Amino acid sequence: MTKLDSKIPEGPIAEKWTNHKFNMKLVNPANKRKYDIIVVGTGLAGASAAATLGELGYNVTAITYHDSARRAHSIAAQGGINAAKNYQNDGDSVYRLFYDTVKGGDFRAREANVYRLAEVSNNIIDQCVAQGVPFAREYGGLLDNRSFGGAQVSRTFYAKGQTGQQLLLGAYSALSRQVKKGKVNMVTRREMLDIVVVDGVASGVVVRNMVNGEIERYSAHAVILATGGYSNVFFLSTNAMMCNATAAWRAHRRGAYFANPCYTQIHPTCLPVHGESQSKLTLMSESLRNDGRIWVSKKQNDMRAPNDIPEEERDYYLERKYPSFGNLSPRDISSRSAKEAIDDGRGAQGQDAVYLDFRDSINRLGKDAIEEKYGNLFEIYETITGENPYKVPMKIYPAPHYTMGGLWVDYNLQSTIPGLFVAGEANFSDHGANRLGASALMQGLADGYFVIPYTIGNYLASDKPVKEDTTHAEYDKVQTEVEERFNQLLNIKGKKTVDEIHKKLGRIMWNKVGMARNEAGLKEAVTEIQELRKEFYEDVNVVGDSKSLNQNLERAGRVADYLELGELMAVDALNRNESCGGHFREEYQTDEGEALRNDDEFTNVFAWEYKSDSNWELHKEDLQFEYVKLAQRSYK
Amino acid sequence: MAHNTIKLKLNIWKQANPDSAGGFKEYNVEVSPDASFLEMLDELNDNLERNSEEPVAFESDCREGICGTCGLVINGLPHGPLPKIATCQLHMRHFKDGQTIWIEPFRAKAFPIMKDLIVDRTALDRIIQAGGYVSINTGGVPDANEIAIPKEIAAEAFDAAACIGCGACVAACKNASAMLFTSAKISQLALLPQGQTERHERVEAMVKEMDENGFGACTNTYACEAECPKGVSVKNIARMNREFFGAKAKSKNLTF
Ligand SMILES: Cc1cc2nc3c(=O)[nH]c(=O)nc-3n(C[C@H](O)[C@H](O)[C@H](O)COP(=O)(O)OP(=O)(O)OC[C@H]3O[C@@H](n4cnc5c(N)ncnc54)[C@H](O)[C@@H]3O)c2cc1C
Repeated sequence: MTKLDSKIPEGPIAEKWTNHKFNMKLVNPANKRKYDIIVVGTGLAGASAAATLGELGYNVTAITYHDSARRAHSIAAQGGINAAKNYQNDGDSVYRLFYDTVKGGDFRAREANVYRLAEVSNNIIDQCVAQGVPFAREYGGLLDNRSFGGAQVSRTFYAKGQTGQQLLLGAYSALSRQVKKGKVNMVTRREMLDIVVVDGVASGVVVRNMVNGEIERYSAHAVILATGGYSNVFFLSTNAMMCNATAAWRAHRRGAYFANPCYTQIHPTCLPVHGESQSKLTLMSESLRNDGRIWVSKKQNDMRAPNDIPEEERDYYLERKYPSFGNLSPRDISSRSAKEAIDDGRGAQGQDAVYLDFRDSINRLGKDAIEEKYGNLFEIYETITGENPYKVPMKIYPAPHYTMGGLWVDYNLQSTIPGLFVAGEANFSDHGANRLGASALMQGLADGYFVIPYTIGNYLASDKPVKEDTTHAEYDKVQTEVEERFNQLLNIKGKKTVDEIHKKLGRIMWNKVGMARNEAGLKEAVTEIQELRKEFYEDVNVVGDSKSLNQNLERAGRVADYLELGELMAVDALNRNESCGGHFREEYQTDEGEALRNDDEFTNVFAWEYKSDSNWELHKEDLQFEYVKLAQRSYK
Repeated sequence: MAHNTIKLKLNIWKQANPDSAGGFKEYNVEVSPDASFLEMLDELNDNLERNSEEPVAFESDCREGICGTCGLVINGLPHGPLPKIATCQLHMRHFKDGQTIWIEPFRAKAFPIMKDLIVDRTALDRIIQAGGYVSINTGGVPDANEIAIPKEIAAEAFDAAACIGCGACVAACKNASAMLFTSAKISQLALLPQGQTERHERVEAMVKEMDENGFGACTNTYACEAECPKGVSVKNIARMNREFFGAKAKSKNLTF
């Protein structure tokens, strides 16, 4: 087992990033135009990185499978983005945001990274406002804030329930400006299918033109993946339909270690499943927990309509169990509590759901105030369920939402393949075993606007990578492998559809690698996923050809990769013999049913090196907690 | 949760590629009223794929009405019969057992059909690239609270910024005009202090780009606002026109 070098700079935590910025080598302005950089993904992380690198003078190629950069999944983020501005004068600070994030992550994140994230959070808000992002404001004209789970201060900036949209459109506008200037070559409707590594260094990517099926090659001096998370392994999740793991997974197979794959976040407030044909799950923003109260009946199998259940027969279980954080307890804890209530037979009208009730806040603040804050979320709810949440409590249920795990990166956001950088949800860096609400947008924009533009300069100036021509033999080899994969999929001509297999995988993952896991279940999951993979390669039916627009083939390729990643998630969960954050192993819990960490053995990151199918080598990065002392998390 | 199903006849536009001639093809489906419109198409495709028949190509992503990827003309109406939603937010409970549904792509000269129900809307990106931004670089900007913006102005700017870039306004317009789309971005930035410096150049450049991409003129039918899933108001078009003439009054470039 090799030791992973996280390259954390020396010095006190509050000075690390400043010192590091000073010590890093710079590329002089005139030389920047000699360097080419590929950015895959145009979500918050990718668009902000591509725009900023273009502004600095690099030649950027930005690649996305969408028809426009503006459609990246980040667009769907609802609730908000954190920053340590302390505009509310309620005791917030960079240190408190850092502290909350380390604690929220259940002590499984790197302190130095988290501190830097908190430090640059304020620059993000300044940047977005300067771009014209219309954040919510107070009557005095200054910016408004609200609270999210795991925090006792109001530090979340928002634009109604459309914060991700407004932030992404801000980054997209900056990107569009660089496209116009010719500094960013925007390549849309291309799916990256593999990376090309030449002499151990990332050289470029091989992509499929999704319109005509042609395979194209791009090379550069450095490659950034900002390709998002992998919650769609579960089939049903809050992620957009096309979100997938292929870019990260293919990089993993070429040598990038995959860190903490089992750290997945199940979001407590989503709409319940309506039936077999369901294609995805809808999130109801966590911000609703500012004013909504979560409860179930105290009685089992209570089929009464919620408004007929009298006050004294309701169990506001989060307020009861965690009085200081109440309905704003962190996501992992809130989701698990919902599961407990439902497992106890107290789900809303016998369903897999709990109530989120606005009655009291409507009585206290008036319907108009609630409508102003959450109007569009209430509309979404009514459109989908046909029920009016101003009158009847919402029914909600936890759903896969975010993946804390991802490609391993050092402090510079560089993966174990030199020259391959990873930004945003695709890396594992900042959230440990559980992400706090409104911190993913913050991380994506921190990585893209304020971290990678510096660290990539240092890489180019220090390592002086050369740009290979795409005629290099390695590109031929990778292209051939990509084409063979398609031929293989198209020639199976079996009886199962791609979605059918994906749904089966989702069920295995949800039941055995979901909110609660145990050794026996995880072992079964590994075997079942291997069998399902076999079934897929023997009996899937992919219609059409690879030389034209073929969405069936696109999905098949993605599901093939999930069938490998899903196994690694189970293997990771099996090896982490403790509970922490979103990873809850039933064997390891306190008497009160809380996650029980094992800090002696597991204060580390698991980083998996791909060897061959179903065969990985585990590397560990030890984590030090010098500033936030290791302690059992308490939200009581 | 309903367990009954409804039977529908679908007439769906099929077209192999931009150059081939397209036409309607009939499909019969049986679906739960709780399913969404796109889930109905998922189910149809899953069945087609199982029988090795070619699925219907259509686009969608977030399925929450915010990414702007989906867009179908359903019985003649962009995003279907309900106001203020995207196609992905339409549910089958709004259709009757036995009904016939016509499903077509967004049609406009500036949106070439790529396959079946998928169109190319990159013309909208080009309009933004022409000037839909504030020309600042990352870093070196003032503290966010140094600029106070009255709440009502911020709210108006937000309402304009809510545009999801789906192109329904273009598809709804008999002239295939992109005035609502373009004016939404121009309004957002014209309302905010951050957008003032480049106000005149922006409107000129964006309107020029819009015209060059083959979008038609506005004849005030307001069909765009009626079909906009985010309810973006036609007031923005009026504001854009004012901005445009204001800019022209000061501009050296006097061609319209
Ligand atoms: C419904 C919902 C609500 C959320 N709300 C919040 C919130 O309020 N606050 C918060 O902080 N976080 C929120 N999150 C989480 C947050 O939105 C995401 O973590 C974040 O936006 C991810 O950004 P990203 O840039 O890393 O990736 P994404 O936005 O997912 O972008 C990925 C990009 O990569 C491209 N891509 C991927 N693979 C390939 C490939 N193989 N080839 C080519 N291109 C590829 C895609 O086209 C896309 O452009 C929410 C998430 C969801 C699902």
